[in-house]
Amino acid sequence: MGDDTLLEVKDLRTYFFLHEGTVRAVDGASFALRRQRTLGVVGESGCGKSVTSQSILRIVPPPGRIVSGQIVYHRQHRNGSGSTLTEDLDLTRMDPDGDEIRAIRGKEIAMIFQEPMTSFSPVHTIGAQIMEAITLHSRAGKGEVRERAIEILQRVGMPRPAQVLDSYPHQLSGGMRQRAMIAMALSCQPSLLIADEPTTALDVTTEAQILELMKRLQGELGMAIMYITHNLGVIAEMADDVVVMYLGKEVELGDVESIFYDPRHPYTRALLQSIPKVGRKSRMRLEAIEGMVPDPYAIPKGCPFHTRCKDYRPDVCNPDEEQEFIQVGPKHWVRCWRYAR
Amino acid sequence: MTETVQMDGKLLDVRGLRKYFPIHKGLLGRMVGNVKAVDGISFFIREGETLGLVGESGCGKTTTGRLILRAYEPTGGDIFFKDRDRGVVNLAKLDKAGLKPLRRNMQMIFQDPYSSLNPRWTLLRIVGEPLVAHGVARGSELKDRVAELLRVVGLRPEYMARYPHAFSGGQRQRIGIARALALNPQLVVADEPVSALDVSIQAQTLNLLQDLQAQFHLTYLFVAHDLSVVEHISDRVAVMYVGKLVEMAETEELFIHPLHPYTEALMSAVPKPDPRYRSRRIVLEGEVADPSNPPSGCYFHPRCRYMQDVCKAKGPEMRELRPGHFVSCHRAEELQLLGVLE
Repeated sequence: MGDDTLLEVKDLRTYFFLHEGTVRAVDGASFALRRQRTLGVVGESGCGKSVTSQSILRIVPPPGRIVSGQIVYHRQHRNGSGSTLTEDLDLTRMDPDGDEIRAIRGKEIAMIFQEPMTSFSPVHTIGAQIMEAITLHSRAGKGEVRERAIEILQRVGMPRPAQVLDSYPHQLSGGMRQRAMIAMALSCQPSLLIADEPTTALDVTTEAQILELMKRLQGELGMAIMYITHNLGVIAEMADDVVVMYLGKEVELGDVESIFYDPRHPYTRALLQSIPKVGRKSRMRLEAIEGMVPDPYAIPKGCPFHTRCKDYRPDVCNPDEEQEFIQVGPKHWVRCWRYAR
Repeated sequence: MTETVQMDGKLLDVRGLRKYFPIHKGLLGRMVGNVKAVDGISFFIREGETLGLVGESGCGKTTTGRLILRAYEPTGGDIFFKDRDRGVVNLAKLDKAGLKPLRRNMQMIFQDPYSSLNPRWTLLRIVGEPLVAHGVARGSELKDRVAELLRVVGLRPEYMARYPHAFSGGQRQRIGIARALALNPQLVVADEPVSALDVSIQAQTLNLLQDLQAQFHLTYLFVAHDLSVVEHISDRVAVMYVGKLVEMAETEELFIHPLHPYTEALMSAVPKPDPRYRSRRIVLEGEVADPSNPPSGCYFHPRCRYMQDVCKAKGPEMRELRPGHFVSCHRAEELQLLGVLE
């Protein structure tokens, strides 16, 4: 891992301890985020993609907690002489309510959510909420804070920013609310933006606007993006690197080209085959994945996908042992017994 | 109330359909305007085919589906339906009593499989209700019919004593489909039937809908916002924008040769699962027009990159530019628009 790496997740396990049993929401996730790049995290509901991001920000709701693993954040400082220093911080060791993580959360690592209506407070103006984020993490005066809020709203392409500052979230359309959400997240110039299905609730033409906006802002501000979604089209559009998750584990990891043009894991392949694609003339049946995602209390032993896998081979797929990542290309890893030596 | 309308293989023929919702304001509830949710649309569906109705939120696609089933009272227009037992009827002109016997031939599948099933009812009661309501079956006959319906949609008949909470989203959608099929309908209006489902479950459900169509000779009005799903399942596609149809054609024709700038933009906006496709999209500026206060002329003109003065001055009429390909755009003849099929 060079200087290029911003954040490393190493064998992360986040479990939820419930009366009915233990839900292993994230069960051994390992990946790295590169500076100024976009990592796409893809998977169906219950695969642990959102809990992974909650673990990074240390906002896993109880009764969930991080059981083991590391989340190493490589923070860069510029010292007086202009050279950069890198400091390695393990986020899993921090007190979730402590000052250390609070200095990072929202400032250096910010997050945007699927439904901006529920993540904004309905009783405060957009401006008050953006300005609060700025005030919390800087020592700027009132006038300056307001100016910065207007500036950031302009930057996200908000029409009439000064007026929007004094409006309430319900007065804006879905697309405008998502712009305001992005403005708030970027107000402190984070080095990582976690985007959890930010365009899922939007129409396609609005989604296209938001995706373009995020790409432009990444170019201007240079933050890394962790983009979580179930939509493979959006992943192809946005990501440099891709992690495919299934039942709390990543099953495949690689650069975007490898994942889309040379998928190796049977789950990734099935997922790509099961989506209808615009521009595919045929009206044939879709290659559906049989069955459904297993109950989270009863995750299959060994490879979690073996119960639905078309290529399952009892003599090859060891049911009692967990498969490690196997490198299948220069930037391409897969967790599947079929590639084991 | 049979009317002399030629249907030539059409099951449904909608003409000039309108639905205005009044806007009330103030203490006295004075009416201050209308939301023209559906504003004079005409289309037809042939027997046994699937018509996809696409558009963004608020374009009136759901309202259209509900008007056809007469869940809403139309403000104007005609809905001719070729009923299996009664011949051609105008659904828009019938009263409640007149509609009741027709309802068994028109059913609906809903978007949200969580809120569309009564949590206190067993599957037997949910799927069997239409049969009971129309006096078709009861007692052990009812149980047999429900068992058969569950089997048809890929669920085990033993499940009929269970309640909806015991099932996943995809299974619940199957329950909703079984209920819609109970009376062996001719027309099924499916309103976003897969948009709440996971990717792998979406494919299963789309396959099931196609199998059932072949097996029971169903006609679908498939309402959805996802163009790739609509392209996959539809024989023909109609595109809606702010209460009006802007374009309608055979699926392949529409995706190869779109004639309306909105259709072109909509198709290019869909993120394609192919990283090499990235740069080819048209990003529309601004937002969907407000149906209570639409722009002048063509409703799409403020966002259209081909806009000219005529577009601001008057609204275009729907015309058939190529055989079976209808469009409402002043400049449709001269524009060379980009499709997504080669």
